[in-house]
Amino acid sequence: MPETTASLGQTGESRDEEALIRRIREGEAELFYELIRPYERRVYAAALAILRNEADAEDAAQEAVLKAFKHIRQFRAEARFSTWLIQIAVNEARMRRRKQQTVVVEPMVEQRDEEGPYTPRDFADWREIPSETLERAEVRQKLAEALSSLGQKYREVFILRDMQQLSIEETAKALGISVPSVKTRLLRARLMLRDLLAPGLGGSWSKALSFQKGSKPW
Amino acid sequence: MVVQCAEVWREVSNYLDGEVDPGLRAGMEEHFRGCRHCTAVLDGARNVIQLYGDERMLEVPLGFSQRLHRRLEEGMPGRRGNAFGWMMALGFAALMLLSFEVGNVAQSTTLQIRSEQARSRIHIPADLVVVAVSDGKIFHVPGCKFIHDKDKLQTMTASEALRQGYAPCVRCLREYLSESRGVVPSEAEMARLELEDPE
Repeated sequence: MPETTASLGQTGESRDEEALIRRIREGEAELFYELIRPYERRVYAAALAILRNEADAEDAAQEAVLKAFKHIRQFRAEARFSTWLIQIAVNEARMRRRKQQTVVVEPMVEQRDEEGPYTPRDFADWREIPSETLERAEVRQKLAEALSSLGQKYREVFILRDMQQLSIEETAKALGISVPSVKTRLLRARLMLRDLLAPGLGGSWSKALSFQKGSKPW
Repeated sequence: MVVQCAEVWREVSNYLDGEVDPGLRAGMEEHFRGCRHCTAVLDGARNVIQLYGDERMLEVPLGFSQRLHRRLEEGMPGRRGNAFGWMMALGFAALMLLSFEVGNVAQSTTLQIRSEQARSRIHIPADLVVVAVSDGKIFHVPGCKFIHDKDKLQTMTASEALRQGYAPCVRCLREYLSESRGVVPSEAEMARLELEDPE
């Protein structure tokens, strides 16, 4: 994360951001760059979680940041700026997705969370991951593919919570859903990804990567 | 508390997030000690969180940050965010507009400066040699790259150009158009004024 005042610990972050926001409101617009710098990636990732297309996500992220600047006076100090910004990005991306879909008829199953308990399919040991695994582009690619195979509502929650490190409450707020819904979707997302990636089922991706015997990343 | 596998699968995510009460946590930990399958599920879920939580998984397209800043610049009222600078630009636009209006009304009559105070915000030396396009509205320092019609240039002094109703070019005469440093129009405002350039 870039070394800026806004990327420090939560307490320092809140205090510094408060001062930055106050100065921006008083006319020092150029400070807005500093305010958003630590969150640029997150805004993009939030938009990508919903739009799934890099160009659309970038455009939505830009628009969201611009909207945040224009509406900075509406930001309330009781929320974290990052959550507010990501909420704008999510809304912007959803709006674009709705426009892209000429006929928006979400299947009923997409509207509900109560699919029943999830039963893991893979019980093979998957204990340690060498940290250097992610240096390999094909590993990252396989992880991205597994993620994109999840349903929309699971991807959104997983990306905000586990990739962007938002809290459960912040994730709920950013997506406009309840805390129990976040927990339910997160559980399924994590377990589905685990089943997709764990080595026991032949490792859908470890097989694709043709790891030599004994040279699997885990 | 005795915990069954099905409950572990239901709560494993909350367990990893520290969202289960102490009684259930103790029961789950007891269960993990005796159940290899559930331990594998727990380890796997933890690995998923660790893998995807890595910064390397959140790559942005090359040049994303630069393009974002450019878009912001275009959307901001002034890149420096200087309210005074913005007012200055507006004031200057009004001055330009006024000079067109006066030029239209006066037609071929010459304009008289009633008071030096009337142009107190313009500090162009009176005898500075400038050029103006005969049927244009703006005067420039010779060689200014923003002169649009170089075939119809007339050379005169700045005071004569002002007297004839020409407005100074905001780019080549920028340094004379403010009372102090720091209130000149920003680059973004300049770009905007350029679009509005009547020549």
